[in-house]
Amino acid sequence: MENTVHSPMDKPPLVIIGASYAGVQLAASARELGFEAPIVLLGDELHAPYQRPPLSKGLLLGKTAEDQLPLRGPDFYAEQCIDLRLGVRATAIDLATRRVQLEGLEGLEDGDHLHYGWLALATGARCRPLEVPGAELQGVYRLRSLDDALALKAALPQARSACVVGGGFIGLEVAAALKAAGAQVIVVEGQPRLLARIFPPAMSDYVAAAHRHRGVTLEMGRSVQALQGSQRVESVLLDDGRQIDCDMVVLGIGVLPNMELAQAAGIACAGGILTDALGRTSAPHVLAIGDVANAELPAVPGGPVRLRLESIQAANDGARAAATVLTGQPPPPAAVPWFWSEQHELKFQMAGLPAPGDQTVLRGDMASDRFTLFYLRDGAVVAAQSVNRPAEHMLARKLIANAAQIPAEVLADPAADLKPHAIPQPHR
Amino acid sequence: MPTIHYILKDGSTRSVEAKPGASVMETAIRNNIRGIDAECGGSCSCATCHVYVEDAFVGLLPSPDEMEDELLDGTASERTPGSRLSCQITITADLDGLTVRVPQTQS
Repeated sequence: MENTVHSPMDKPPLVIIGASYAGVQLAASARELGFEAPIVLLGDELHAPYQRPPLSKGLLLGKTAEDQLPLRGPDFYAEQCIDLRLGVRATAIDLATRRVQLEGLEGLEDGDHLHYGWLALATGARCRPLEVPGAELQGVYRLRSLDDALALKAALPQARSACVVGGGFIGLEVAAALKAAGAQVIVVEGQPRLLARIFPPAMSDYVAAAHRHRGVTLEMGRSVQALQGSQRVESVLLDDGRQIDCDMVVLGIGVLPNMELAQAAGIACAGGILTDALGRTSAPHVLAIGDVANAELPAVPGGPVRLRLESIQAANDGARAAATVLTGQPPPPAAVPWFWSEQHELKFQMAGLPAPGDQTVLRGDMASDRFTLFYLRDGAVVAAQSVNRPAEHMLARKLIANAAQIPAEVLADPAADLKPHAIPQPHR
Repeated sequence: MPTIHYILKDGSTRSVEAKPGASVMETAIRNNIRGIDAECGGSCSCATCHVYVEDAFVGLLPSPDEMEDELLDGTASERTPGSRLSCQITITADLDGLTVRVPQTQS
């Protein structure tokens, strides 16, 4: 174990607001790169930083215990000289004097302010509220934090019928978990097909069939008009006038970036805090990373210019890139975006950023629940979406990073070896 | 409690006590073992918790399932007969003394 070197206290600290994946990774990467000033990591929850993917899957079903969730071991923060403070909220930023105003932190030498040398906003996102009558009834759940998940888990044994509002990844994962827990499950999705923003129609149809086959009812192209009940939710009123009885509602209608703190300070925001590829905001010495950051992407013809990616990979890689700003090291190479989802026994893995107009090539058979859908742009692999094909997903990430030119008929042939294409071509 | 030995990239060894039932990956994360990234949190999705199991222990472990086997073909560091994803190795009392080596790179 390396010796921990305590930093000279005259250096103003890196203050990180938000202690989930991005915030923790920034602190860890900064130390790995030799950043010497104090690091103060502030989280507004009372739980030490934890893993979120199991919240919508294993934790609900009891396959993952709460004590398996910590992101890092308990000694990590002290070993790395990271001053982790939980239950602390930032209420204002003063860019001119480089200070943040905090709630819930005792013993500050400067009243309720903390002076920063660098400030990193890793404030994440919050669940989009459902703005209909009855949304405040008991029995209505959302899923973002560990406390949300524990509340939902505690209610599961009594749930006989559940209505999931929103057929995105979280909604569908929860639907699968609720089904596995023995509840009747109906998913209400406003779009005419599932995951329409991410998947082409054939994939949406596959996902819908997979859920229906396992007993989940889908109502697509429908919206919720009201949640009904006296104290507890008893039914959901759809826009076509139908009333669906249920004793639990779970909302999965997306998130809103927690950018108000930055906005109030005058930091440029639009659909998130605007940053460059290394997390730099419009304000000097202020970084933004993770779900809140609407970050510039490397230029890819036909690809988006910037995007607020909500994924662990984007949080971690964004934090690693931002750490190089703190220490003045060269930035790491741009990472291929990827994320995953687990629904029933299906492992979905998505890599790259598909765009309208890409050519899609199916490798494998959808009916076998083992396949990859590749996306070609100008002959190069730019994205891939896999089901139960983790090795093909890993390979696809390399193909995308290399902009590998592979003929569609080769991609479509499950017997064709794609590995040689994953080796970087120096002449490109 | 079984002891697990992790041989780190610099050749040094970290020996930690492990909770039976936890995975070799979880035990590594809990003890801040550098070089086991586990980007996917242990869902057998990413192959960034690759380790080399020392020869004497390879036979004591259940063989990798199909998914792990496929993923091991895509690890960043070379696959050897001792290659395993540490998220898929559950620690039992029999595995006391298990020694795994951390690869040079996971990504």
